[in-house]
Amino acid sequence: MRNIPFADVAIRVAAAIEQVNFDTSAPVMNRLVQILETEASPGGHLAMADIVENREIAAAERVPMCQDTGMVVVFAELGEDARVSDGSLRDAVTEGVRQAGRHGHLRNSVVREPLFERLNTGDNTPPIIHLDLVPGDGLRLRLIAKGFGAENMSWARVLTPGEGVEGVKREVVRCVEAAGPNACPPVVVGLGLGGTLEVAALLAKRALVREMGSRNPDTRYAALEDEILRLVNATGIGPQGWGGANTAMDVRIEYAPTHIAGLPIAVNLDCHLQRHTEIVF
Amino acid sequence: MTRPPAIGTTPLRLQMPLTAEAAAGLWAGQRVLLSGVVFTARDAAHRRMIELLEAGEEPPFPLRDQVIYYTGPSPARPGAVIGSAGPTTATRMDAFTIPLLERGLRGTIGKGYRSAEVREAMRTHGAVYFAAVGGAAALLARRIVEAEVIAYPDLGTEAVRRLLVDDFPVVVANDTAGGDIFELQRGAPPTAPGENRPPNMDLGAPGDESPPPADGAP
Repeated sequence: MRNIPFADVAIRVAAAIEQVNFDTSAPVMNRLVQILETEASPGGHLAMADIVENREIAAAERVPMCQDTGMVVVFAELGEDARVSDGSLRDAVTEGVRQAGRHGHLRNSVVREPLFERLNTGDNTPPIIHLDLVPGDGLRLRLIAKGFGAENMSWARVLTPGEGVEGVKREVVRCVEAAGPNACPPVVVGLGLGGTLEVAALLAKRALVREMGSRNPDTRYAALEDEILRLVNATGIGPQGWGGANTAMDVRIEYAPTHIAGLPIAVNLDCHLQRHTEIVF
Repeated sequence: MTRPPAIGTTPLRLQMPLTAEAAAGLWAGQRVLLSGVVFTARDAAHRRMIELLEAGEEPPFPLRDQVIYYTGPSPARPGAVIGSAGPTTATRMDAFTIPLLERGLRGTIGKGYRSAEVREAMRTHGAVYFAAVGGAAALLARRIVEAEVIAYPDLGTEAVRRLLVDDFPVVVANDTAGGDIFELQRGAPPTAPGENRPPNMDLGAPGDESPPPADGAP
C-alpha cells in the first residue's frame, strides 16, 4: 500500500486552483488567439481582444481572470493500492480548496444549502469530488474551477432512441442558443450521452476537463464533435453574443452504455475560461 | 442617413450620473467608456433593496440617474483598490429591476440577455443596459479607481459598493428605443421599431461596407 501524504495533496490542489485562476494553459490560449485572429465580426473581435488581454493581465498581476473564481469540481482516480495518509482524500482536497482561496484571494462563491438562507460557507468549500477506484497505486486528480454563468445554462434530459443523432444535434444547438450571451461565449460544450440521467450529466462535466481540441477515440463520435461545433458556430451568436462565427471554442462528447429504451443527454457548458488542470501523484 | 462610427474608432465618453437626455442618445451596439460613480449590486443586495422599497423606505443610494453594475468582486489583494470585478449575468436581476427603473434608475451594467419585460420597462423609463465583457474581470478592475462598501457589508462580495470608474469599457446592449445588441448582431430585426435609428451599429453586421460618419454618435 502506497501512502500519499495528506499535506502533499492539499498543497498541490491549492497550487493548481490558484494556477487555473491566474494562468491560461497553452492549448486554451492558442485557441483564444486563433479565434481572435480569425473572427470577422467587429463585435466578436472586440470581445476576443479584451478576453485575450485579460488573460495576460491576470497572469502578470497574479489576480483571478474572473471574479467568479468558480466552484471546484474534482475527478479523482485513486489506485486500489494507494491511500492518503493522515486523513482522507476528501479532507485533503477540501483543505487545498481552503488554502487556495485564502492565499490566492479567491472569491467565496459556495453557499451551504441551495434554497432558504443560502449562507456562504466562507471558504469556498466543499468542493465536488467524483471518486473512481482504479488499478495501481497512483492518484490522478483532474479539477476544474467551474463558473456558474455557464453552469446555469446547462441541463440534462432523456431523449427517445428514435430521436437519435438528429435529436442530439437539435438539443445541443437549442441549449447553446438559449444560453446565448449568458454562458459567456465562446463556450466549450461538454456533451454526455447514455448511462442514466445522472451519468449523462457526469459525462458532460468530464468532457469539460479534456484538453482543448481533443477528440473522442471513437471516430463516429469525433466526427459528431466536429459537426456540432460547426452547427453551434453557425448560430451567429459569437463571442459574448456580440456576433460572429465563434460561439463555441470546442465540443467534446463522452458516452456510456445505456438502456434499450432511452437516450440520456446532458449538455454542460463552460465559459471561455476553461480553468482546468491535472495533478498526478 | 447618418451612421455610427465603425468598430475601432473612438468610443463615446460618458460621465455618470447618466441623464435621461444622455441615455436617449445611446443606441444598441455603441461602444461607450463610462466615467464617474456607479454602484454595485447583485442577487442578494437586490432582494434587500426591493424589500426596503416595498416597506416604503429609501434604498442605500439614490436611484435617480444612477447606474448599477452587476458584479461581485473577488477580494482585493493588500494595497489594491478592488479584486477582479467583471459583470455577472444580468438576467438573474430581471425580477428585481423594474421597481428600480420606476424610481429613476438610468442604467445597468452586466452580461447576457434581459427579459422582454425589463426591455419594455427600459423603453418606458428611458433607461439603458450596458454589456461588459464577461470573464474580463482583471482588465475591467483596472478601470476602477475607488471602491467603498456603502451597504450590506454582511453580504461580503454581494455588498453594495460605490465605485469610481474611469473609462470603463462597455457597449450599449439595450437602448431606450428597444434596440437589442443580441438580436442586431444575429441579423434579426429588432423586436421593437427603431425608426430613424442606425440599422447597423458600432459592432455592426460583419461585411457591412457602409461608410462611417464624420462625427460621433447620431
